[in-house]
Amino acid sequence: MTTFWLTILILGVTGLLAAVVLYAVAKKFYVYEDPRIAEVEELLPGANCGGCGFKGCHDFATACATATSLEGLNCPGAGKGGMDAIGILLGMTVTAGIRKVATLTCSGGCAKRPLVNKFSGPASCSIEASVYSGETLCAYGCLGGGDCVRACPHGAMHINPETLLPEVDSARCTGCGVCVKACPRSLMRLSEVPQSYHTVVRVACANHDRGPAAMKACEVSCIGCGKCKKACENGAISIDRFCASIDPTICNRCGACVEVCPRQTILVKQIAEFQRQ
Amino acid sequence: MKTFTFRKGGIHPPQCKNTAEMPITPAPQAPLLTLLLSQSIGAPSKPVVKPGDKVAAGQPIAEPGGFVGAWVHSPCAGTVKKIETVRTPQGYPAEALTIERDPQSTEVFSYPPMNPADASSEDLVARVREAGIVGLGGATFPTSVKLTPPKGMTPRCVILNGAECEPYLTCDDRLMREHAPEIAEGAFCLMRAVGVRHCYIGIEDNKPEAIAAMREAASQYSGMEVCVLRAKYPQGGEKQLIAAILGREVPSGALPVSVGAVVDNVATAFAVQQAVVLGKPLTGRVLTITGEGALNPGNYYVELGTPLTSLLQTDERVDKIIGGGPMMGRAMSNLDTPTTKGLSGVLTMCLGSMPDIQPCIRCGACYSACPMGLEPMLLARQSENSDWEYAARSGVMDCIECGSCAYTCPSNRRLLDWIRYSKTQVRKLKS
Repeated sequence: MTTFWLTILILGVTGLLAAVVLYAVAKKFYVYEDPRIAEVEELLPGANCGGCGFKGCHDFATACATATSLEGLNCPGAGKGGMDAIGILLGMTVTAGIRKVATLTCSGGCAKRPLVNKFSGPASCSIEASVYSGETLCAYGCLGGGDCVRACPHGAMHINPETLLPEVDSARCTGCGVCVKACPRSLMRLSEVPQSYHTVVRVACANHDRGPAAMKACEVSCIGCGKCKKACENGAISIDRFCASIDPTICNRCGACVEVCPRQTILVKQIAEFQRQ
Repeated sequence: MKTFTFRKGGIHPPQCKNTAEMPITPAPQAPLLTLLLSQSIGAPSKPVVKPGDKVAAGQPIAEPGGFVGAWVHSPCAGTVKKIETVRTPQGYPAEALTIERDPQSTEVFSYPPMNPADASSEDLVARVREAGIVGLGGATFPTSVKLTPPKGMTPRCVILNGAECEPYLTCDDRLMREHAPEIAEGAFCLMRAVGVRHCYIGIEDNKPEAIAAMREAASQYSGMEVCVLRAKYPQGGEKQLIAAILGREVPSGALPVSVGAVVDNVATAFAVQQAVVLGKPLTGRVLTITGEGALNPGNYYVELGTPLTSLLQTDERVDKIIGGGPMMGRAMSNLDTPTTKGLSGVLTMCLGSMPDIQPCIRCGACYSACPMGLEPMLLARQSENSDWEYAARSGVMDCIECGSCAYTCPSNRRLLDWIRYSKTQVRKLKS
């Protein structure tokens, strides 16, 4: 019987001592945190994508709670509804930021770009790009390994089974830029979509080869002919090393360049309204 | 006979030295040579000639882009045609100079010959630099930089690397058999350039003829000695060679000179002898064409810039062509490319299909094969997870990219691809 009571006593005293130590430590090292930070964090998607420019959702919430105005603070993942809720919670007005959407700067699907060799290494674009220029003659285009799809924290990307190129679901894309960093060839680019527009007009090619080489590599490559540059009334198009690019902030979506392009390289992408998941 | 070897790891792939009995023959001269401007590690070279200029054989045509960089010389007399963008064997664009051969011209440019016995160390290093000599084992590190040790480090010996542990390749073997006196004299030049009295020539025991030839040549010089190495891959790795011969380990991240060794390939020593004693710049090299699918296997002396398409004849079964040896070489996707200073061989393989990549079974075969004592499975996993800081802590930068891990893996995992990628990312992180 003594063993029984002794056990209870020893465990009881140990437990009591531990409780006292824990209580003292908790008091001593208590850190005050603004309770609103946790409340703001509740309203955020929690993907830690970095689209706001901060390290993660907690950092963004801290910045919101300590800021005197919400100007310049925008969580693309929370959308307009989410940001309004944060504004109401903190008693501040929200200024709408310009929406950004990721687009692929390549349109050379498997029917357009002939394969000239076979890659048998790991299924990763980063590895393929570090080993050689890829299965086609284009040393600039999409490798189709899906690094961007795996990296997307919002599930907004998938590989199109027909073209084997990644596609962005604009209703889900927050413009966080994770895919931009994941692509070893920097083919994913963020386009700004002002509220008055619902499209992005882009040159879907990054091939900097001269015309004949670019033509040989892909049916829809930009050859730097400059027709689009002449057709553009706003001067939104520039050509760098035989490849055109359109500045989306100047572009007024008139579509003149799309009509004159002899290679069908300039594409118009419809941008859907962002829907919070 | 005492044989030297490194202790940790290593593998024994089949030798396949099919071309070992074929003497070095000059390759046919191409009418148009294309010289890449980045033929060595470091900054790409800058052209010093313009299109339309007449050049003599051996005339310098591009200067180094920085301290770590090398001169490029024209292998033939002719006219500079243009400076254009061509594709490397891996398909990426690169700047190159094209030179049209003039068969009538016999104009030759050369430097004044020197006597290595009474030339000063500075003069010898300067000659090695102006002759555009880089490590011909494949790493293409400028030799003059290697011969200029950083302050506070004193080299104690020169080690000549004649191990040629890569299967299939026989160019160094043939060079040692046919040009042993020149190599020994080149080694003497290197000893004079770094100011040391000892030189060890490491040769694997599967090349008895080369060992005999080099022994005889080395006996002419005091302090020069041939060390017979056990045939084991990667015996010719710089750090493995030092461990085998000197019994010392190069610390992580340090240069071989920190343990007192300057390591150079035998082909580099040959090029040094040509530059110092004859005044000839580096304009060609010995290259092995081998593999099951090659119709013209053999060892060839090729001029730099010769297009591979004119050198190589393959049959239709070939499905993979590798620049270099099977272990460390890189597959080539583009054959419309010129030979460079670093290309030691062209290997044609008839593999059929590549085995599928299976999941890791954690057998630890790669751990026991790694000659650097690293954990390839862990490093590859960190790379897959993009955890570059962890990879750096796990010593990914110590990997010598020998490929022993991927060779032993029973699941055919491409461990080296992941580790190589990890190394580039860690390098980016540090800069």
